[in-house]
Amino acid sequence: MKNAWRGIAAIVRKDLTVELRTRETLSTSFVFALLVVVIFNFAFELRVDNAAELAPGVLWVAFTFAGILALNHSMVQERESGCMEGLMLAPVERSVIYLGKFVANSLYMLLSEAAVLPLFAVLFGVNVAIPLLWLVILLGTLGFSAAGTLFSTMTVSTRAREALLPLLLFPATVPILIAATKSTGLLLDQRPVSEVYLWIRLLLAVDTITLVVAILGFDYVLEE
Amino acid sequence: MSRDRLLTVLIMLTTLAMLASLYLVLVWVPTEKTMGVIQRVFYFHVPSAWVAFLAFAVAAVAALLFLARRQEHWDRVEVASLELGIVFSTVALITGSIWARPIWNTWWTWDPRLTTTLVMWIYYVASLLLRQMVDSPERSARFGAVLAIVGFVNVPLVFLTIRLWRTIHPVLFTTEGFGLAPEMLLTLLISLGTFTLLYFCLLTARVRLESLQARLAQLRDQYLSE
Repeated sequence: MKNAWRGIAAIVRKDLTVELRTRETLSTSFVFALLVVVIFNFAFELRVDNAAELAPGVLWVAFTFAGILALNHSMVQERESGCMEGLMLAPVERSVIYLGKFVANSLYMLLSEAAVLPLFAVLFGVNVAIPLLWLVILLGTLGFSAAGTLFSTMTVSTRAREALLPLLLFPATVPILIAATKSTGLLLDQRPVSEVYLWIRLLLAVDTITLVVAILGFDYVLEE
Repeated sequence: MSRDRLLTVLIMLTTLAMLASLYLVLVWVPTEKTMGVIQRVFYFHVPSAWVAFLAFAVAAVAALLFLARRQEHWDRVEVASLELGIVFSTVALITGSIWARPIWNTWWTWDPRLTTTLVMWIYYVASLLLRQMVDSPERSARFGAVLAIVGFVNVPLVFLTIRLWRTIHPVLFTTEGFGLAPEMLLTLLISLGTFTLLYFCLLTARVRLESLQARLAQLRDQYLSE
């Protein structure tokens, strides 16, 4: 058990060190998320009277599109540098490798989301200083990255590389996206907390199922 | 019974059942009072949707068996069943759309069942694409199996979350029994049986084709490489 924790920590530390030296993943996913927010503003400007009504959808499209970028980049890096082989030789369970990558990917996503959120609040004129909203963002991101870590491990070993990940990940994370967008909308509209709890509970349940299935599946993905 | 023999019997049975179903659906069953003749699409729509779910379930079970036992046979069953699931869900989506247009006055609505079917359709098509883009056949089989299982676990979750929005799709099977006239019920049940037979018929043929292809590749390696 102790060994597992140390393994997870070592993988996360490795990923963060690489990121600190290159700053590739965070900078690209942050700029991309910001770009999505800006482009949606242009796209709606002409036809939609109240852009703030679309804010929850825009926020999650930005987060998940940027997330796809981060997930892809994180896994392509592992493959190209030959680091995946190194990880597979390490004397730890496959699930430890999965959890290490899952934590690192979630951190990438959360960091760039933390940077985008204030800018989003300014551009859409909404209040995001709601702790419960941060919880929703955390849960939504964890679920998305739990499924994304499993899928991106498969997609990077195909000929299409980056192209396939969104095709699989978006349909598979529909429950997470719906629950996250719905609760974000309720929170931004300042609806009673009791309405939001149903969706937060749902997010928790889906996150748990996704994580368990992904841990079990990862054993078979990383076999050779 | 040899596999080819089984296939011949299945084809004969399916042909007979299909002719009987067509007669029942197009001639024998009374026309529905309010919806008119368009309601007859129901006897193709419901069985296609049922077979699609059955096919995805069979694929998930075959995927589990493949991961547990590592016999290529189960991988072939999984691919074949996935492909059939995609074909039958396409039929269900199209017939549903044709039926929805005059009755709901729209080709499409974001109802739980429709949306779940569409989301599943996209996911399974993407999973077949992924399989084709993996160079090693062994790895492709493993990835495909994991994806088939993940997809099937996901279906109820997708359905549940979308259900929390309002639905206009009729609920046919309630606890109080079927809301159908006896003739219609009989026709529906026979159609369901026919489509299920058709599914097993196609599945057997498709699995046979896969194994013949594998055999051919093996023979080619054996004799042509020298």
